[in-house]
Amino acid sequence: MPQRETPLHDAHADSGASFTDFGGWDMPVEFDSIRTEHAAVRESAGKFDVSHMGEIAVSGPDAAALMQRLVTNDVERLDPGEALYAAIVDPKGIMLDDTIVYRPPEEGNHDWLFVPNAGHDGEMYDRWQSHRDEWGLDATVENVTESYGMIALQGPDSESLLAAETDADLAALGHNDHVFADVAGVESMVARGGYTGEDGFELLVPWDEAGTVWSALDCQPCGLGARDTLRLEMGFLLSGQEFDPESEPRTPYEAGIGWTVALDTPFVGRDALERVDAEGVAEELVGVEMIDRGIPRHGYDLRIPGGDDVGHLTSGTMSPTLGRGIGLGYVGVDHADPGTEVRVVVRGEPKKARITVPPFLDR
Amino acid sequence: MSFEIPEDCRFLESHEWARAENGTVRVGISDFAQDELGDIVFVELPGEGDAVARGEDFGVIESIKAVSDLYTPVSGTVAAANDDLVDAPELVNDDPYGDGWMIEVDPDDESELDDLLSPDEYEAQID
Repeated sequence: MPQRETPLHDAHADSGASFTDFGGWDMPVEFDSIRTEHAAVRESAGKFDVSHMGEIAVSGPDAAALMQRLVTNDVERLDPGEALYAAIVDPKGIMLDDTIVYRPPEEGNHDWLFVPNAGHDGEMYDRWQSHRDEWGLDATVENVTESYGMIALQGPDSESLLAAETDADLAALGHNDHVFADVAGVESMVARGGYTGEDGFELLVPWDEAGTVWSALDCQPCGLGARDTLRLEMGFLLSGQEFDPESEPRTPYEAGIGWTVALDTPFVGRDALERVDAEGVAEELVGVEMIDRGIPRHGYDLRIPGGDDVGHLTSGTMSPTLGRGIGLGYVGVDHADPGTEVRVVVRGEPKKARITVPPFLDR
Repeated sequence: MSFEIPEDCRFLESHEWARAENGTVRVGISDFAQDELGDIVFVELPGEGDAVARGEDFGVIESIKAVSDLYTPVSGTVAAANDDLVDAPELVNDDPYGDGWMIEVDPDDESELDDLLSPDEYEAQID
């Protein structure tokens, strides 16, 4: 299958970015250096092309019912202009994806919009359509992934930078709130939020006009490399690593996002998750912070000192902010208490580390 | 983008350089390699007196985004390892042919250097 390209792909190539495949998209991984990009977001501001994220639009009389029955969180409590984080699970409660569900302001083209992870848009479009048909609901489902570019502006200076390009009342916009507004003269959906732990905004812009908005935001361009180190410092989940129906099948409770599960709503997988909630989990997601030198990585085993393997890492890196190795992983609940000393097995060598509760930074 | 390729070095296709210096051979990775790897955050090297064999790995280098093996250009015994890289692995980014060197090898047969890529050949490879 040919790689997909965002509307900003050629501009990134011209600016000398290096690229990698991510979810079937040819994406910039690094513009300058991960350290430089990471520091810009923590200290001032950075911009990310996240047009590889999917967008599925759902409209019509039964759109709310369809959304409520396919995501774990209670979307019907959203007012127009609000959004929330939710999981999408199978009938056994295993996470297929995580997503932000938007209920756009009423003047928009769509009643609902949700954002699956890169490469999952086709699967989620099919899932929504087939369930709508099975349940006989009156709703339209559209895969609008390639109608919109998405740009994330992240960092403490985001609001002042964006304020120079828009008349939207940004100060009035709370986390996950969103409005329609012109940004650099381009009609956009401006949402407060992001994936870095810093203040920031995600801008949904018409595909063909993404370049205008991107160039107007005067700050450090950042690639997927910094996006990963930034989200890891906050302990945010990455689809395909902390959960994956094939390689890392996990319920939201194991993945530490039980708070997104509204058991009083009628979603696919609810009964299975009610049982998990009552019985408790055998393993849970923890943070791992290195004491010894060494960098934790995806797939490394976690071991009790001098003893057995008790889990494994799903992500890891050198934290640019802390200057030490950090990771996320699953361990048996008996070994999950913060402060528990464990060993990360790095190329056969057990290295000292301790269990923590993410985030690794106070934000 | 152009990368530094010193005339007094020979190269492996895997981007290590080797330079003869008063009977020993100093080893590191090329400017191209450090740029490809990005921010280097960890280097694992052999100890003094360890035997290293041409074509086999002598250590590991990690950037924020990747883990790579380091390959030996000439067989011999490790005469010195660059301990500065323990606390300052970023020296490999800053000065790959100077302060960012990795090991010095007391070679079994210094003529093995002749089998490595010349600067021109290496430049053609990364072009």
